[in-house]
Parts: sequence; C-alpha cells; structure tokens
Amino acid sequence: MESEARTIVRSASGAPAILAAGEMLEDLRRSESDLRRFLQGLPGVDQVGAEARAASLATRSIKTSAKLWALETAVSMVDLTTLEGADTPGKVLSLCAKARRPDPSDASVPPVAAVCIYPDLVPVAKRALIGSSVKVASVATAFPSGRASLAVKLADVRDAVGNGADEVDMVIDRGAFLSGRYGLVLEQVQAVKQACGQAHLKVILETGELVTYDNVRRASYLAMVGGADFIKTSTGKVNPAATLPVALVMLEAVRDFAELTGALVGVKVAGGIRSAKDAIRYLVIVNETVGEAWLDPSLFRFGASSLLNDLLRQRSKQLSGAYAGSEDFSFE
Amino acid sequence: MSTSEPTHKSERAAETGLTHHGDADHLEHAVFEYAPAPESRSIVRLQSSYGLFIGGAFVEPIDGNAYKTENPATEEVLAEIAAAGLRDVDLAVEVAGRAQKQVWGPMPGVERAKYLFRIARLIQERSRELAVLESLDNGKPIRESRDVDVPLAAAHFFYYAGWADKLDYAGFGPRPAPIGVAGQVIPWNFPLMMAAWKLAPALAAGNTCVLKPASTTPLTALLLAEIIQQADLPPGVVNVLTGAGSLAGAALVAHPGIDKVAFTGSTEVGKDLQRALAGTGKHLTLELGGKAANIVFEDAPIDQAIEGIVNGIFFNQGEVCCAGSRLLVQESIADTVVQRLKRRLATLRVGDPLDKNTDLGAINNAAQLDKIRELSDAGEAEGAARWSPGCLLPAKGYWFPPTVFTNVSQAHRIAQEEIFGPVLSVLTFRTPEEAVAKANNTVYGLSAGVWTEKGSRILWMAGQLRAGVVWANSFNRFDPTSPFGGYRESGFGREGGRQGLGAYLDV
Repeated sequence: MESEARTIVRSASGAPAILAAGEMLEDLRRSESDLRRFLQGLPGVDQVGAEARAASLATRSIKTSAKLWALETAVSMVDLTTLEGADTPGKVLSLCAKARRPDPSDASVPPVAAVCIYPDLVPVAKRALIGSSVKVASVATAFPSGRASLAVKLADVRDAVGNGADEVDMVIDRGAFLSGRYGLVLEQVQAVKQACGQAHLKVILETGELVTYDNVRRASYLAMVGGADFIKTSTGKVNPAATLPVALVMLEAVRDFAELTGALVGVKVAGGIRSAKDAIRYLVIVNETVGEAWLDPSLFRFGASSLLNDLLRQRSKQLSGAYAGSEDFSFE
Repeated sequence: MSTSEPTHKSERAAETGLTHHGDADHLEHAVFEYAPAPESRSIVRLQSSYGLFIGGAFVEPIDGNAYKTENPATEEVLAEIAAAGLRDVDLAVEVAGRAQKQVWGPMPGVERAKYLFRIARLIQERSRELAVLESLDNGKPIRESRDVDVPLAAAHFFYYAGWADKLDYAGFGPRPAPIGVAGQVIPWNFPLMMAAWKLAPALAAGNTCVLKPASTTPLTALLLAEIIQQADLPPGVVNVLTGAGSLAGAALVAHPGIDKVAFTGSTEVGKDLQRALAGTGKHLTLELGGKAANIVFEDAPIDQAIEGIVNGIFFNQGEVCCAGSRLLVQESIADTVVQRLKRRLATLRVGDPLDKNTDLGAINNAAQLDKIRELSDAGEAEGAARWSPGCLLPAKGYWFPPTVFTNVSQAHRIAQEEIFGPVLSVLTFRTPEEAVAKANNTVYGLSAGVWTEKGSRILWMAGQLRAGVVWANSFNRFDPTSPFGGYRESGFGREGGRQGLGAYLDV
C-alpha cells in the first residue's frame, strides 16, 4: 500500500506498535464490519466541552514577534483559491501572480503554499507557476457535491492529475457516510488515492453537512484509513464551513492517528476564514493540540482567498506601525 | 514594538531569574513561542493605604492598626490595609443594624432591586479594573479573573436583583422576612466572586451586611465598596472590615448584633465557628473544604475529559474548595488517560498572572505554599509517584508547578486531605459501585464530576454520590441560578439559586 510508503516511523521503540497498527489498518480496509466497529468504537466528542476548549484557546493573545511569525507562517500555508463557475484563464493567471509574490513591494513575504482551482484550469496555473514553489491543487470527484458515479469521479481525478495537478482535493460521499455505508466511502477514497499517483490527496469531509463532532471524528479516521495525505474541513460551498471546534476535533484525530500508526496527516481548514485574527487562532489550536510539527505548510493549510490580503495588511502594520489602505494590496 | 527573535527559554530564564522545575524535556525552543502579552496595570489606581468601609464612607480604624497586602507573584507590597479592631466591629455592626431597621428592611423589594442592578452594571463597566486588581492581589491568571470571576460576580448581582421584588413567590411562604444583619467572612481564593455570592442574596432579601474579606486579598472587596458608594447604596447597608480573621473575623461573628453568619473557608475554622455560635440563636451557613472525585469511565469523551481534569484541578491553581483533586479513572483506560493528561499538562503556561496567556498563576500566600509543599512531600514519602511537566518558575513570589501523583491509594494523605493547590491524585476503580464507594470515602462532600457517554449512568451516579454538586461531563462550572454547597465536613446551606435566598430569609 502506498500509505505504508509514506509512513514515518518516529521512534525505534514505537516501531512494533506501528507495525501492529499497519496490520490493523489492513483489516479495516478489508472488512466493512471491522471498519464499522472501529469507527463506532472511537471515543465520543462532547459538544459542550469541545466548543469550550476551542473558545478558550481563541482567547490566546498573540503579540509582537509571535504575531509577526504567525502572520508570515499563515501566508505560507494559504491555498489561494478560486472556485467559481465564472473562472477564466485570466482570473487564474492573476491569482498565480499573487500566489508567487503576495506582496510585490516586499520580497521577504513568502509565496503561498498552493493555488486551488477547478481541473480544467490546471494547465493554465501550471504554466504560470513554473519555477516557483507554489503547488497547483485541483478540486475533483464531482466537486462540491460529489454526486456522481465512481467512474466519473475517477475520470475527474485523472484529468486533473494528467493536467499536472500536484494536489487533488476530493470530496467524500456524504450521503453514503450519513447512511452508514462507511465501506463505500472508504473504497472511493482508496480508489481516488490510487488514481492520484504521486499527487497529494486532500479529502474534504464537508463537516457542515456531517453536523455532529462524532461524525467529524469518524469521517476523519475514515479518510486517513483510506490514505488521505490531508483531511480538509469544507468545500467552501456549504455553511457552516470551517469552525474552530471542528478544526480541534480533526487535529485531535490526526494527532491520535499519528500516535497509532506513525503517519503524519495534514489538516486543511477552508471556507469562511477571512481575517488574520481567525488564522492566528487556528495556528494556536494547531500549536496546542498537535504541536509544532504541524506548524508547517506540509501539514497545515488555509483554503482561502480574501484571507491573504488581511494577513499582508496586518503584517505591514506589525512592521510599520500603521495600517495600509484598503487599496494598497491587489485584490487578487 | 519588538520584532526581535524570541529568546531561547533558558537564556530568558537566566535574564529573568526563572528557575527550572520538573521534567525539563519540554523546555526546548518552541517554534511558535508566544511573546509576553501583559494586561496593563495602569487601569488600576492603587492607593497607598485603604481604610475601612463603614456607614458608606472609608474611615480610619479607631485603633489605627494596619498591615500590608502584597502581590503573591512578586512579593511586592501593593498597599497598606486598615486592620479592624473590636471597636470598629462594634461600630460597623451598629451602623448595619440601624440601616437594616430604618432603611433597607422597610424598602420595597422593587427599590432594592434597582440598587442591585446598578451594582451589577457598575461591576461590568469596571470589569477590567476589577480583573487586573484581582490578579494583582490574588495571583490568579488574568484570563480567569477576566473571564470567570468578574463576569460571575456581576451575574450574581443581576440574578438576585431579579428576586428582590418576588420574595413572596419564592416558595418560602407569604411575606418572608429578612433575618437582620449578616456577618460574612470570605476566603482569599475568589475574593470578588465570594463577596458577590454573599452580598447579592443577602441584600436582595433585605438584610444588611458586614463583610470581612480575607486578610491577604482585601483589594477587590474595597473596590467593590467604592462601586457600592458609586451606586448610591444607602450608607450602612454594606460595610467592609479588613483585617485578620482571628481578630476582626472572630469578633464579627461573635458580635451580639449579628443575626446571621455566612462563612466560606477552611473546615477547621468552620468547626470553631459552629462551636462558638451554638446556642446563640444565630443563623449559620458554612461552605468549607472539599476533596472532590472527578470520575472518568472508559466510555468517556476522552479529549473533553482530559480538559475537565485539567480544569478541575488546575483552575485557580487548584485553590478551589470544589476542585477535582482526586481523579478516579477506570482501570481499563488509566494508562491512556495519564499519558494524555501529562501531554496536555506540558502545554500549560505557568507564570505572570497578568499575562493574558498564563494558565497557572501564583499561589496566594506563603503559608498556603508551605502547606502544598508539605502535603506533596508526604505524598512522595508515602510512596506515590510524583510528576510535573517542565516549567520555569519565577524565583520571587509563591509558586508551585502543576503536579500529578499516580499510584495513589485511598489511605494516602494526598487522597484524603484537602491540598488546596495544583496537585492531582490519580486513583483507579473497576466498577461503577467501586467508583461511588471511593468517591464517597471522604469526610467532605462538596462536589464530584462524572465523565461518561452513558446518560443513565450519569443519573444513577448523581443519586449515589454524596456531594452538593455533581457535574456531568464538565467540571468547575458555576452559574448564579444553580445552588452550590456541601455535605458533611464541606458545610451546610446553599448559595446560588432560589435556595441561596432561603439562607437570608427568616422562614
């Protein structure tokens, strides 16, 4: 299995346990009843407690040097996104320019992590980003609803990967998940992972449609067992999208999965994150839940568009002491 | 604005006189190191000395005695505080008696309510000032004084303001009468909040009050007195006597002009009080110590249970009478829970109480720190395994690291005696019956917590546990509508809710 290939054995003493976990994962992939028992046997999430913890972490006060570090790190974690029916090559080119050089007046601002677009525009982005570290992420699998046959979803993925996408953002079948057909969801994730080849797979749970935190935890594990490189909150097309408690529950799942298997899975929060203040709150939750290994674009991302400019504005405020005007940064 | 690189913690330690403590593994340079975020002290106008609040004015004590109150985080002297003597107690009780008979008692409830609403709003308006002052004088983190103590103090005044004109319908029969003058002695762990818990129901019911704050934490009670002045409360309705418990406190509760005594504090003093008051006909409520069991079943929501354990014992440095100081964890998940708890404790931030990111502040006073040390050493001597996360403790001030004892048996002192500090004893159980037996195996009975996803078990446990408060999948949550109080050596009487009114009515 390809997921075994990226398994990182973190300590020699943990190796036997991790090998045993590898066997357990194989069992879960083979047997739907094992999978169901495993998912239903996960510890529950108390809604009041999870929300209280997220709210308490949101009161952390990040100032001066810590704030500057957080703002720059957040910039480097942005998947700069446009997912509109009206997207054109021109719009994507403009987005790519912004991604490479978020602040043209300041070369010390890092590029963002990726641009996130529809599959047909991948070739445009790919060409525009040659020579940069910015990845091209493409949504696929009948995004955003996921209501298509597996054959269509896989064709969508192959199209994106064939066009050169470095990362694929798939959606899970929420209908199958909510009706308890966990095996079907798992099969689809595994098939998409296979179709991705070298491309990184982000699995969108669409937590706004899963509604309960117990579901969020189960779906997170389901995606990770299926081979997700990242688990992602939302498409951005459903309200509510990312929230702090949802991110907390997903980060706890990722932390526990790493402990169980040694595999480090990333988390992407997407939808509704517009202010630098919000972004910093997410970084605090990452820091105090999974720890600093995840404070890196390889393991944590923001799916956003307008967030980037607020990060830049707050950064320049930190450096100069005064706010820039609203027109001082290009809107895309 | 500083944009310099965050300094390495150990370098910073050398600069600031911090000392290493516990398991030093966690003291590596952090990627995301939170820069200091201190709340400004400038909002507080500290006076060099404070008088007694008697008859609506701040007055000098008749005997002219004074003592100093300090900041427990730095040992810096904050102000000189009047020490009430016997004659001051006489005066305050006399003034309160007159105010009760002539003004406050006869006043219609709807008018009393207006004053209480006004006090509640003023507490909200001056909340930052109160929070900073509370953290300075008590040592608790500003995050807690800002988000818990001060909002709850305001909430109690709002809640009881609502009762003031509805006493006839509170279920105590028609026209329940106030008791008279209440002598109220409060502890140092929640100085403002305890003052609010005592004053609000007493005033709503038509009593007048003489309040004796703890000697180490008088400042927010004095600021509350200033707020009461600002609210134009009639003179003498609330009086605040600062000074030593052994002198002013003892004289107050023994005073013949006092009709009702309300005390929150140690079980030892509570017992003395009950002896002293026997046969005097005075009404008495006591809210004393505790050794609460926080019970975690194997089907608990584990991540929230860990937070609940942390909140149960490290909230307010564990200086909480209802603290979840005994963790009873089902043996089948004990290792997982302890391992996760330790990982979580490594993220606790110990230090400057005024820093908005501090989770654990200073211990309130040197005597308390000695007691915590003594009991922790006893735990070690009795064979329990002691653990603390790596943390840097300031060299000045009164500090104790978060501490967990495993391999604790029911017979150990740390499983039986109230430590009143950030020290958790972990015990295990096998069945719900055993959990109940162990939880109830204490002289106290103030609070308990139950963590399980099984609703029927929560209800069964709540019926079995001899504790005044049982929290289900939560811990240390307070609300003015909910009665709070204990069984056995944790005291008697309830504060909060409709029941809290009953303690101040002649029913």
